Amino acid sequence: MSRDPDRQGLAVAIALLGSLALGSALMLCVGKSPGHVWWVMVRETLFLNEYNPGQILFRATSLALTGLSVSVALDAGLFNIAAEGQVIAGVVVCAIVGTALPPGTPAVVAVPLCLVSAVLAGAAIGFLIGAMKVWRGAPEVITSIMITAIVGGVALWLGNEVLFQNGTTTGVAIIPSAWLPALGLGGSAANVSVAITAFAVLALWWFRARTTWGQALRVVGRDPKAARAVGISVGRVQIAAMVGSGALAGLAAVNFVMGHKHAFEQGLGAGAGLLGISVAILGRLHPVGIAAAALLLSFLSVGGLATSQEVPKEISEMLQGVVVLAVACSVPIARRWRHAPQAPATVAGARVKP
Amino acid sequence: MIGVIFTTAFVTQFIRIAVPYAFAALGGSITERSGVIDLALEAKLLFGAFAAAAVGHATDSAWLGIAAGLSAGALVSAVQVACALWFGADQVIVGVALNIVALSGTRLLLQLLYHEGANSPPAPAFGSVILTNPLVIGAVLAALLVPLAVRHTRWGLRLRAAGDRPEALVAVGVSPRRTRMAAALIGGALAGAGGAQLSLAVGGFSADMSSGRGYIAIAMVILVGWRPALAALACVGVAIGEALNIAIQISHATVFGDRIPSELAPLLPYVLTLVVLVAYSGRTRQPPEALGKL
Repeated sequence: MSRDPDRQGLAVAIALLGSLALGSALMLCVGKSPGHVWWVMVRETLFLNEYNPGQILFRATSLALTGLSVSVALDAGLFNIAAEGQVIAGVVVCAIVGTALPPGTPAVVAVPLCLVSAVLAGAAIGFLIGAMKVWRGAPEVITSIMITAIVGGVALWLGNEVLFQNGTTTGVAIIPSAWLPALGLGGSAANVSVAITAFAVLALWWFRARTTWGQALRVVGRDPKAARAVGISVGRVQIAAMVGSGALAGLAAVNFVMGHKHAFEQGLGAGAGLLGISVAILGRLHPVGIAAAALLLSFLSVGGLATSQEVPKEISEMLQGVVVLAVACSVPIARRWRHAPQAPATVAGARVKP
Repeated sequence: MIGVIFTTAFVTQFIRIAVPYAFAALGGSITERSGVIDLALEAKLLFGAFAAAAVGHATDSAWLGIAAGLSAGALVSAVQVACALWFGADQVIVGVALNIVALSGTRLLLQLLYHEGANSPPAPAFGSVILTNPLVIGAVLAALLVPLAVRHTRWGLRLRAAGDRPEALVAVGVSPRRTRMAAALIGGALAGAGGAQLSLAVGGFSADMSSGRGYIAIAMVILVGWRPALAALACVGVAIGEALNIAIQISHATVFGDRIPSELAPLLPYVLTLVVLVAYSGRTRQPPEALGKL
């Protein structure tokens, strides 16, 4: 058996080519030469200065974490579309803890405390969703949507009550000892969270591929009945997966609050959780693939800004969604590629999904 | 505080808010009952809203705007079922991806057509007009007719068979795939009508104007066990919550002497949804059996 029985690499390649083609077609529509625009995008974002690569790293840091978050839940067969809410919860709690600490707190205390509080906030929401799913049978997609909506409102309320400075939507700054140092790439927002994220990627790769727990997680996602048969407690694994998923999304808040803005702002971290779904799908749930996908999507959004003189930046924003749609379509295509015909169809030429 | 509910301002506000939700939920229940997971309601609302505003602006006709909204919703559905049924793509992912595409896609269209970042030029506006707004009347009719059609017509029977027992449909010589495509197109058109109400109520499109309503609508569909009449009713509940919040903010109503936090009041329907899910999930109706399967 080959290392990639489902030909995931092929699927991603097809999807990337398709998206590239669509992007180029859109550029032609607005009267620009696609080759020129792509070249400008690559040159501006990667080679011209340190700022743009830094911004790509900054964006990719949060996206990789939310991507990992979505992937851990998907590994266990759960769809965590509450990563968005978990990031926001992490942002608010991290900011509240960071402002509540006495100003003299040393960094060795303040940094871990803020970091852990963000992670716990995300994990708590993940636990709630997992528990409602496993113990009460509440579908996680719906509870995720509801909880994300609730978190958004509560975050705004907390901001208005305790954080926002009179009349603005920017909160009080967290104490300086809880700030994570910037990497100093041309004044970009990239900060030490990059290293934390790289560690998370490697740790998750090891966990998924090399530990019994990681195997159990994936067995539960692939075939809950088989998991039960070999004595895995499916419910417990699913709750644990949601807790881990929430924790990773909460960690993404560190990049925003401790690494960049040093305060809670209305809308800070918004969108990172939703794009995390794209990242997880594009990365085919593999931690290293997810890191690459996060970098690619970040390249597109920073590149879109860098080429906004040439073409509307919305083109590259839209490609971030298109590429996911393309992967979703190309995965089944690649799986069938040069395979023997499928087993006899059950329903009008369609196979029941495994 | 109860007094605010009986003002005309409240009633018009409430109806204006309820119509997009109700359309989206009715459309979503048709699509899902046929066996296709419909997380793309948000995309249908957004594209529907944009198309209605754009065509309304170009032709100065609300009717043509509405027609464009319906078509745009159906078009999103066409892409959705093409990915899901032809290619066999994961339906949940297709839905979420379409929502992301819609968010930036409508902004791209704003940019290309009007060189604007956030708002479309003015389109015909219904404003607080209720009785002569065809979308309000359409929503009421749809809320009455869709449940009847699903329950009592041959089309409805085939729709439910496609979602629950596609093999039974094959046995009588009907293609489940075609049934699902037709259902998704109708469902998409309904959701597109909801989008038309979003933009034509205020006389123009603005970026991300659906702001999560599609997600809430599909949540309501699942909450009530895929029953279109109840889904529309649940959406009415959400709309009352939102309208009440606006009324409270305007009137500075108080409960037990405290000002009600305006950020928290609109969350009530969501909290109620969670409570209902946790309390009754084991006993609610199961999803269509072939939902999400090819």
